Amino acid sequence: MLGAAMASASAIAVHGLRVRRGGNPVLRDLSFDVASGRVTGLLGPSGCGKTTLMRAIVGVQVVEAGRVEVLGAPAGSRPLRARVGYLTQAPSVYGDLTVRENLRFFGRVLGVREGRADETIETVALGPHASRVVSSLSGGQRARVSLATALLGEPQLLVLDEPTVGLDPVLRRDLWATFAELAAAGTTLLVSSHVMEEAEHCDELLLMREGRLLAVESPEGLRQRTGRRQLDEAFLALIEAEAGEA
Amino acid sequence: MSPRVTGAIAARVLEQLRRDPRTVALLLGISPFLLTLLRGAFDSSPETFQQIAGPLVGLFPFTTMFVVTSITMLRERTTGTLERLMTLPLAKLDLLFGYGIAFALVGTLQALIAAGVAFGALGLEVAGSTAVVVALAVGNALLGMSLGLFASAFARTEFQAVQFMPAIVFPQLLLCGLFVARDEMIGVLQILSDAMPLTYAFDALDRVTTEGSLGARGALDVVVIAGATLALLAAGAATLRRRTP
Repeated sequence: MLGAAMASASAIAVHGLRVRRGGNPVLRDLSFDVASGRVTGLLGPSGCGKTTLMRAIVGVQVVEAGRVEVLGAPAGSRPLRARVGYLTQAPSVYGDLTVRENLRFFGRVLGVREGRADETIETVALGPHASRVVSSLSGGQRARVSLATALLGEPQLLVLDEPTVGLDPVLRRDLWATFAELAAAGTTLLVSSHVMEEAEHCDELLLMREGRLLAVESPEGLRQRTGRRQLDEAFLALIEAEAGEA
Repeated sequence: MSPRVTGAIAARVLEQLRRDPRTVALLLGISPFLLTLLRGAFDSSPETFQQIAGPLVGLFPFTTMFVVTSITMLRERTTGTLERLMTLPLAKLDLLFGYGIAFALVGTLQALIAAGVAFGALGLEVAGSTAVVVALAVGNALLGMSLGLFASAFARTEFQAVQFMPAIVFPQLLLCGLFVARDEMIGVLQILSDAMPLTYAFDALDRVTTEGSLGARGALDVVVIAGATLALLAAGAATLRRRTP
């Protein structure tokens, strides 16, 4: 019993992960766990390795060393493909198909029930645009089509690379509420952002900089440790503290 | 592999084409247009038209499917949809066969229209069965598709992919025996021509249109076309990587 409880406690376990791209180290020896059933934010400036880390977790990144386990199986292994939903940073949907055609296609690949496509279209608030060709939508709308595709199979783990970038504030708030609902229902979410204020919506934070993890803790824990109310200031304090040590 | 997923891929590729009526019009209209031009150009020597138009009906689908497939596949790679597909419960063979089914249908339609115009309006007559010409055309469409799938792995941009048409398709058309009998070429080119799958496609078509049947040699041609198609599909599958640097 205890073993099972412990196994289910972390949805992602990363140990000693190293990735090089084009000869340069992008991830330098990362080790951490992501708790299941919670919203974990992956935050850090552009170019710090967030996308590479997410690619390693969904198993599309060639890694140099280390171990990445997802839902108890090696990242990217066959049984995980129906259980992990991935939102790429650039919308990866078919621009020449309509919103509904895109979701029906991915729905058939995933084998989801009829009607699920329209449900997810509603979740991302694209109902009025369901019959429009994706290339005629705005950038933010296209991103939401891509997000709907990731939600489609009701995966146990959602890996979302900057899902709220470029969205209007109301929509952003609604999406974070959706993420919280999903987590409450048992889904694990790993959500990246380069905007510190988004950290507020997360249960746990992974703070990254230049391929390393600066901190793994809750927003409240981060505030207490650094003594700063604003999370972006707390992040700065961590960077300065590290520079001081070095 | 699953029939549901393979079917989903095929239906999606056809849906994308349906959303692009201009491409469909070009796909279906170019061969009849070129055959009509050829008929006019050889107005004073109709026997030349009779000799080359038959094989051409069967070769057009090869060239168009090559271009269409390499561009479609390149777009899957550059827009990130391929990466997304690779994270889904989908076998590489689902993807390849899905493409195969969709483009075989388009190739069939294309061959039927080209054959209809050539044998009907343009008065083309061949010694053998027109159905065999159409069947060979469909086989060549699949050969073009698998070559296009494989070639797309070596293009980074659509500009490069388009250049593969003159780089990979034209030499095969020049050396297959359509323009010059192969035994009149210099030795090196004969050997090169022996190594090109389109040579066998032309041989089979030429035999049907001039001699009336595929014959024993024709069986070899068909085996080479089918074998090359499968080998190129396997090579194409090897270029589809789930993990990339």
